[in-house]
Amino acid sequence: MQDIDRIVQEARAAFAATDNPDALEQAKARYLGKSGRITVLLKELGRLAAEEKRKAGAAINQAKAAVEAALTGRREAIKQAALSARLAEEALDVTLPGRGEAQGGLHPVTRTLERIERLFASIGFTVADGPEIETDFYNFTALNTPEDHPARSMHDTFYLLDEGGRLAEGVLLRTHTSPIQARYMQAHVAKYAGQETMPEIRIIAPGRVYRVDSDATHSPMFHQVEGLWVGENVSFADLKGVIADFLRRFFETDDLKVRFRPSFFPFTEPSAEIDVAFTHGAQRWLEIAGCGMVHPNVLTHAGIDPERYTGFAFGFGPDRLAMLRYGVNDLRLFFEGDLRFLRQFV
Amino acid sequence: MQFSESWLRTLVNPALSSAELAHLLTMAGLEVEAMETAAPAFTGVVAAEIVSVARHPDADRLNVCQVDAGDAALRQIVCGAPNAAAGMKAPCALPGAVLPGDFKIKTAKVRGVESSGMLCSARELGISEDAAGLMALPADAPVGQSLRDYLDLDDCLHTLKLTPNRADCLSLVGIAREVAALTGAPLNLPRTPQVAVAAPQTRAVRLQAPAACPRYCGRIIGGVDAKAPTPEWMRRRLERSGLRSISALVDITNYVMLALGQPLHAFDNARLSGDIRVRMAASGEKLLLLNGQEIALSDDILVIADATGAKAMAGIMGGEESAITLETTEVFLESAFFAPAAIAGRARRHNFSSDASHRYERGVDWDNCANALEYASALIVEICGGAAGAVTDAVDKAHLPKRPVVRLRPPRLAKVLGTPFRAAEITQYLTRLALPFTRVSTDFLVTPPSYRFDIEIEEDLIEEIARVHGYENLPAPEPKGQLAMLPQPENRRAQTSLRQQIADRGFQEVINYAFVPEEWERDLAANALPVRLANPIASQLAVLRSSLLGGLIDNLVTNLKRKQSRVRLFETGRCFAYAGNGHRQPWHLAMLAYGTRLPEGWGRDTRAIDFFDLKGDVESLFAPAELSFIRCEHPALHPGRAASIQLAGKRVGHIGELHPQWVQKYELSAAPIVCELELEALASRTLPAYAEVSRFQPAIRDLAVLVDQALPLDDILRGMKQHAPSQICAIQLFDLYQGKGIPEGRKSLAFRIVMQDTQRTLSDADIDLAVTGITAYLKQHFQAQLRT
Repeated sequence: MQDIDRIVQEARAAFAATDNPDALEQAKARYLGKSGRITVLLKELGRLAAEEKRKAGAAINQAKAAVEAALTGRREAIKQAALSARLAEEALDVTLPGRGEAQGGLHPVTRTLERIERLFASIGFTVADGPEIETDFYNFTALNTPEDHPARSMHDTFYLLDEGGRLAEGVLLRTHTSPIQARYMQAHVAKYAGQETMPEIRIIAPGRVYRVDSDATHSPMFHQVEGLWVGENVSFADLKGVIADFLRRFFETDDLKVRFRPSFFPFTEPSAEIDVAFTHGAQRWLEIAGCGMVHPNVLTHAGIDPERYTGFAFGFGPDRLAMLRYGVNDLRLFFEGDLRFLRQFV
Repeated sequence: MQFSESWLRTLVNPALSSAELAHLLTMAGLEVEAMETAAPAFTGVVAAEIVSVARHPDADRLNVCQVDAGDAALRQIVCGAPNAAAGMKAPCALPGAVLPGDFKIKTAKVRGVESSGMLCSARELGISEDAAGLMALPADAPVGQSLRDYLDLDDCLHTLKLTPNRADCLSLVGIAREVAALTGAPLNLPRTPQVAVAAPQTRAVRLQAPAACPRYCGRIIGGVDAKAPTPEWMRRRLERSGLRSISALVDITNYVMLALGQPLHAFDNARLSGDIRVRMAASGEKLLLLNGQEIALSDDILVIADATGAKAMAGIMGGEESAITLETTEVFLESAFFAPAAIAGRARRHNFSSDASHRYERGVDWDNCANALEYASALIVEICGGAAGAVTDAVDKAHLPKRPVVRLRPPRLAKVLGTPFRAAEITQYLTRLALPFTRVSTDFLVTPPSYRFDIEIEEDLIEEIARVHGYENLPAPEPKGQLAMLPQPENRRAQTSLRQQIADRGFQEVINYAFVPEEWERDLAANALPVRLANPIASQLAVLRSSLLGGLIDNLVTNLKRKQSRVRLFETGRCFAYAGNGHRQPWHLAMLAYGTRLPEGWGRDTRAIDFFDLKGDVESLFAPAELSFIRCEHPALHPGRAASIQLAGKRVGHIGELHPQWVQKYELSAAPIVCELELEALASRTLPAYAEVSRFQPAIRDLAVLVDQALPLDDILRGMKQHAPSQICAIQLFDLYQGKGIPEGRKSLAFRIVMQDTQRTLSDADIDLAVTGITAYLKQHFQAQLRT
């Protein structure tokens, strides 16, 4: 019986000694093949007496099972080792950069405008647009700023020549986005003419505007975003509420002080400037918008009854908002097309 | 408008610090944009008297002064100022003093002589730029008194940024009135004594344009000494208001204007003849102005004329010929009301402005003309001597501005401001604002005072109430409104999503000026007639762009200079062109690609970008709509590598390689690929419509043919699709080959044809029939040879 135990041990040792699948099969044949040692033992059983035969048979079968188990284990181990080797060989340097197109990006001012549009859309403001070559009428007159009004000198207006090189009468590059208010209200009134109640107007109108001004803090072309809410019960308090809400959401902070101080615009009354200061940092008040209750003359011009309907309008400088939000310190960077600057906003 | 707080406090003196006063004004709509003290900070400087001056023993240019600085003993100070003289009074910085620039004064030896202090020039104290010598103080300067106290150097100068509606605050009295209204502090207006009429001369005034000038007060003051010095207190107030002292007569008119807001003009009476006529100018009438500018007047300009012609642009600027000089002995003093509409814009038209026109075009108190004239007369007689004649006060009452009653309804006030006010509050606010009112039931009927040109309608009063109440004290509730959903038209594409899609394909957005060099328009758009600005900021930015390409190419050049080798840019913006009597201003989208196909890196395609890369970008933007590209010529583009882009038969833009001529001109080492599109073409898209998906296997056949090399693929594909049986659901070019093995002048096109039927599996016979049909079509129409 010691023989049998030795055979099992030898088989185990033989299997363990190889990591080659072919060599393993050869080793198997030496023990379990036709003339393998275990097979030979089984064949020799017939020569034993019945009692011994039973005992020896059981022992041999046990040994056979042990050798087979060793074989299976070894086969599996060799397969695993081969797989591991292949996987190791196939390993990548995963730190190499990925391939493909680089991501482009939006201009920081566009990014800001879209953010403003989305915030206002969330309380029901739709986006409106208007021409940049604007008429004197919509840029000034419809906004309660008649010819020679001192407020016109607050706007250094670009005027145009006509095809013949003469001063083009009655047109200019818009100095603000407010003419969109006037245009939109007129269209709105026409759309709902004859109805008992005019639906509320809630619009936001971003765009490029132009003034004859160029230095570190002024660009001859810059952006504004106009907002307008007209309805049966829209008040100055609502204006304050909407603006305060907007600024908190825009800057995503409660560490923000907002103040409204009286100002003057021909097309709003009462009028206000909006200043903000961050409670962290310099705490300086920064002027970021003008606003007010739409002047009754402007409503009347558009065909809206100012007794029944009231509304507010505001105009933000999104360039300034973008500068504050992203810490940009020079307005001119926005218009230089420098990729090293622009890529920071991808 | 700059004012001295000390001066203001003589009129109204609320218990507020300078900073609190500035905040109060700012929050009431009179924005204080700058605040500074009359002199920069310094300490330890007193008024002193130089008792004696002796030459320094070891230095030619230095003196040793014995100075009385108010101490028990004289102090010895070494001084190099050329004007140091015994008996002179000057500022003295004592040891321990700190002068502007953190300059510390100590007792020291100067060339062996002890010096305990420093006598100062105005510049050393930061008071003015004068460094020629010691700052001379008046003979009565109190020795030993702190210079800051003596000269009131801690006086705070506030600069107001006034809005055009608040003309009434363009004077000290106006600001004082506002402060009194906001704080309730009492108002002490300056006394204006009547000047005794002591001379017989008068000059008649004819109001010949009463709508433009309904009131004109004037008087002659004879025997004046125009060379009399301006008193120190007046000079100081003028300087602290930002005005230079010129001569006593001019200073007095300016002083009264600052104090009361009434512009005055002093004529040399000897240069006037006959009655004063206030009339419109004759067209072309010439006038030499005080500023040396000679202008040809137009007939909408109001002038002050005498028997000989125009002497002044009324309310804007006097004429040189009748101006007072130091030799003037007889003055004709004018204090008038000119209507804002008659003054507004006129000075700007001639490219200047004046303190007078600034006030008149915003509105001057017509009820204060005579008062201001008396005030100025009294000052002239006091300072320059002389005798005043009787006042001529010409008034055309019918043309004076009206102050109609404005009704304030408390419910309206509540509706506009969004919060109710009690009657008692409204009463209190109106009273503080000195706005006279009566009550009719619950309403307030307000008669605006003559100095308020900004109260015409109820909203103006609402603003006044809000201002005095404080905007910051109004509520700011969360917004409430109608909850109607916003339309979301599915067949429209927002610019935002389009821009994001372009950015996702690797392009960086830029924003360029709408004004461009004319050259770009000529080169890149062959535009000989771009929309031109009348007043450009610079000659190279004089026209409006009709194309966005110039800006992108300029951005490319700039970025290449900054060592960026791969550039992909886009911009959306309006472009401009003349169109009949008006303008076209469509939105465009332009894209530019330059450099390698992919960003440089390990193991990737390093070929340069080409036409088809950008074409692919454009096609993807329009997907699922299909575009046609048709060879075209365009001034910006390589003639063999340019295409117009067509959508449903309509041209929507162009694409191509930049013309070699511009590549050379703009010094590029390779040609960028560019495209420009009408943005509107991208804004609409079709709604998806379901088509049945086949449950049967598709059959795929490849077909390669040789055709003429010049034949555009589009012609072949379109023809094949038109002639294909309905089971063919796709035909795709999958290979293009020309060169070795292909006859000269021919190219090999390989198509993959996908066939499918929704009702059954196609038989081999069906498939063969379809392919044979296509092959026959290609042979017949394009002389194609089948490759096997």
